[in-house]
Amino acid sequence: MNDKGKIIAGIIIFFVVATFPFWFNMFVEKTPAPELVLTAKAQAAKVCVRDTAFMKANHMQLLDEWRDTVVRKAERIYVNAEGKEFNMSLSNTCLDCHSNKAEFCDRCHQYASIEPYCWDCHIDNPKETK
Amino acid sequence: MNVKYFYSFLAVLVLALIAWVGCDLLGLQVLFGVILPYIAVVVFLVGFFLRMMDWARSTVPFQIPTTAGQAKSLPWIKFNAIDSPFTTGGVVARMFFEVVTFRSLFRNTRMRVNPDGRISYDIELWLWLFALAFHYTFFVVILRHARFFLEPLPLPFEILEKIDTFVQIGQPVISMSSFALLGTVLFLFVRRVYLPNIRMISLASDFFPLFLIFGIVFTGIFMRYFAKIDVTAAKELTYGLVSFNLPSLAKMQGIGSIFYIHVFFVSVLLVYFPWSKLMHMGGIFLSPTRNMANNTRAVRHVNPWNYPVNVHTYEEYEDDFREKMIEAGLPVDKKE
Amino acid sequence: MSDLPKSDELFSHIDHRPPKGKDWMDIPVDIRPGMYCYSANPKSMETLSAPNVRKWNPLEEDWLLPDNWQEILHNGLKERLEKFRSFKVFMDICVRCGACADKCHYFIGTGDPKNMPVLRAELLRSVYRNDFTKAGKILGRLAGARPMTLEVLKEWWYYFFQCSECRRCSVFCPYGIDTAEITIMGRELLNLLGLNIDWIATPVSNCYQTGNHLGIQPHAFKDMLEFFVEDIEEITGVNCTPNYNKKGADILFITPSGDVFADPGTYTCMGYLMLFQFLKDKYGLDVTWSTYASEGGNFGFFTSHETMKRLNAKMYAEAKRLGVKWILGGECGHMWRVIHQYMDTMNGPADHLEVPVNPITGTTFENAASTKMVHITEFTADLIKHGKLDLDPRRNDNLKITFHDSCNPARGMGLLEEPRYVINNVANHFYEMPANTIRENTFCCGSGSGLNAGEDMELRMCGGLPRANAVKYMADKFDVNMLACVCAIDRAALPDLMNYWETGADVTGVHELVGNALILPGEKKRETDLRGEPLPGMEEEADE
Repeated sequence: MNDKGKIIAGIIIFFVVATFPFWFNMFVEKTPAPELVLTAKAQAAKVCVRDTAFMKANHMQLLDEWRDTVVRKAERIYVNAEGKEFNMSLSNTCLDCHSNKAEFCDRCHQYASIEPYCWDCHIDNPKETK
Repeated sequence: MNVKYFYSFLAVLVLALIAWVGCDLLGLQVLFGVILPYIAVVVFLVGFFLRMMDWARSTVPFQIPTTAGQAKSLPWIKFNAIDSPFTTGGVVARMFFEVVTFRSLFRNTRMRVNPDGRISYDIELWLWLFALAFHYTFFVVILRHARFFLEPLPLPFEILEKIDTFVQIGQPVISMSSFALLGTVLFLFVRRVYLPNIRMISLASDFFPLFLIFGIVFTGIFMRYFAKIDVTAAKELTYGLVSFNLPSLAKMQGIGSIFYIHVFFVSVLLVYFPWSKLMHMGGIFLSPTRNMANNTRAVRHVNPWNYPVNVHTYEEYEDDFREKMIEAGLPVDKKE
Repeated sequence: MSDLPKSDELFSHIDHRPPKGKDWMDIPVDIRPGMYCYSANPKSMETLSAPNVRKWNPLEEDWLLPDNWQEILHNGLKERLEKFRSFKVFMDICVRCGACADKCHYFIGTGDPKNMPVLRAELLRSVYRNDFTKAGKILGRLAGARPMTLEVLKEWWYYFFQCSECRRCSVFCPYGIDTAEITIMGRELLNLLGLNIDWIATPVSNCYQTGNHLGIQPHAFKDMLEFFVEDIEEITGVNCTPNYNKKGADILFITPSGDVFADPGTYTCMGYLMLFQFLKDKYGLDVTWSTYASEGGNFGFFTSHETMKRLNAKMYAEAKRLGVKWILGGECGHMWRVIHQYMDTMNGPADHLEVPVNPITGTTFENAASTKMVHITEFTADLIKHGKLDLDPRRNDNLKITFHDSCNPARGMGLLEEPRYVINNVANHFYEMPANTIRENTFCCGSGSGLNAGEDMELRMCGGLPRANAVKYMADKFDVNMLACVCAIDRAALPDLMNYWETGADVTGVHELVGNALILPGEKKRETDLRGEPLPGMEEEADE
């Protein structure tokens, strides 16, 4: 029984599937990693609630804590290491500086294929309008 | 302490240490994040191919399916087209269920000698369940990683991500597959250590991949939920690897070492894969007791090296016994 | 044989937990009387032109091996890895999940960890890793590798002759790893050093020279069948004299010679003779027996692929010489694995034969279109289905029957329904054993693959325990008193087993039941069954 052809065909199929990212990216236009875009207000503020490296990696966790603190304990004030106080509000604090959500938030999220459910409640526009 | 799992555990620890020292102290991010992963992928692909071809080179002289059901015989006897396949279609179905549902393992029983002297064979599905869960969650975890390699992410992967994070616990939301995978790895490990017979048959090469996969899952979970890394930077590197567009060294150094330990573990797994029992992934397709039809009396199977053998012919036999045969009234070819 | 412990004593000593804290490689092999078969008789080995012919004793330190025995084994291993993909793949892909461990009847019956199929295979794999894999060469024992030593060789010999190649483990293995395949290779390798057992070597030699396992010469073979003819005539009043070596007959019939010389197979043989006489009288079917191809069994299968081919060649050769249309095969286990999965490949194509057609029913046996050999239960089932047999199943009313699927027809062929159909049509009381002990899950009789000798009785009783245990259950629950089977080794081995484990069941072939039920044209009123025992119920029948 000469089944080498079948076996090689099987291996090729497996390899095509396994190397999918390599050839997929060949056919799709390459996306550069998004650069951070800060609004004038954010640039002027220089520092965020915490330092930049922390915010890059941990902002989602911080926001999660904020939400729980506000919603469950009804506490609204966050004090950072430097003793500075902030209103724990995505819409009113974060998006106040980072009012350019499309550039500041969405591009990275999209790049990393993340769809945070923050925006399920918090409206798309930077400022909440009552 | 059993040396088999002690050494395996030690090996995985040392691997972690190597990656940590390499990245955190020596700044070898390019080695661990770029060079080794590329080498690993090449070794995996080439190795996988070579192993398969090595098996393919061995001939299949006889058609020896294990029949696990009624064969096709008389037209009015219902036959089992999957467990005793007569056609190629039946074989394909058998292989499909074997690979996708672990059908043979599903038969598993546990033998017990009861106090009344009766031996019973009860259904025992834990191994099947956890083995299946292990492979499927591993598969889902791999697919979920597509978001680090593709841009834009095709819809099916997004849907999978949505399903996997369905419970929406915490931030980042928990992906069930990772924890399920960790659980199944633990089960498979505990089983190997706890059941005396399984402990006895286990080799270091059974523990090493378990520890290694545990290490991969653990570092993965750890950097997603605890020792956070800059995901955008990580993607820039992983996406860069598959699109040949690497980020600057400074950016690479901005990603935490845990990421490089994770990637190093994966690279080791890829390199280890083709030369280990993990090749059962490809080997199962070549198992002659499963991938052949039970139609051996209907269709002749050809043995490529079938050679003539010495036989004791009828003529020789008659020469031995002619007189006695004639005397007994048995017909003979040569009457002398 | 007097050393055989009592069954309850043996049973209470079975412990399935392995020795604590010991690696299996550190447990030395202990070749224990009662568990092994005597070494091959040099004369038999000579007939087969086997290598390293000499007298040797497994219990002695020196096995009188050639100086380069390790080299012979290494090369033999290499050759087989290249020739048999099954072997090579099975060496590589086992993940030691342990699903097979408690599926082996020898493990269930002995508790010896090396009788777990996975460990039996590891005995060979460990050497394979040492000789042929890089990991094994570099990491040695840590990678599960060990060099070939005399100790390892003895372990191989001991445990490859404690496997009956029944394939039960293969059903449960997620990759279909078949220990039978590994044992077959292991025995081939052992045979390269002349390390066969006599219970295999001598039947093989006899079969090669004389045509059958016991070396029954042609005139004696005829005498033995004539003896059955007399018995049948006494019971039924009908003369069932068969044809011998008849040229131009329709069908050549080949059955294991066990049916010719050993009870209760002999009654099955009488059943065949009666069936053929019935078909001759009623439909003019001409069946012939052969004294040359007078053995269906093939112990060559337990020696090497080459030896199997040498013995099997007689079937087609004799069919060709006699000019029959096709071949009919009797009830036998491994014989049918050889016919079903090997014969056509080894000794075919059988272009001198016709695609088997049952001339009485017109049924074409499509499933045997190429090999041109039909199993007798397929043949009989077809006759019954078409109403071609006159049967009185009440003659088997004194029997409560259960059916033991033999390993090879079940897992190497898929012959499950045919014998059941026949039994259900020739008898009224049929009960199935528990599902996990029959069909593809069936347990070996414990004596298959050439291990049905006398000196390894303890091994056989251990290996047969799961089967006996299930029969005992049936006897307790349904008063089953007859164990039917379609295998000559079963018929030879099971009576001892049933006795030892006190199941109270007797053993029969399916065609003995057919013989009892079959109403021969012109027969007298039967008073006894084929065993000469009165037919209960038949007296009352007249009063009804």
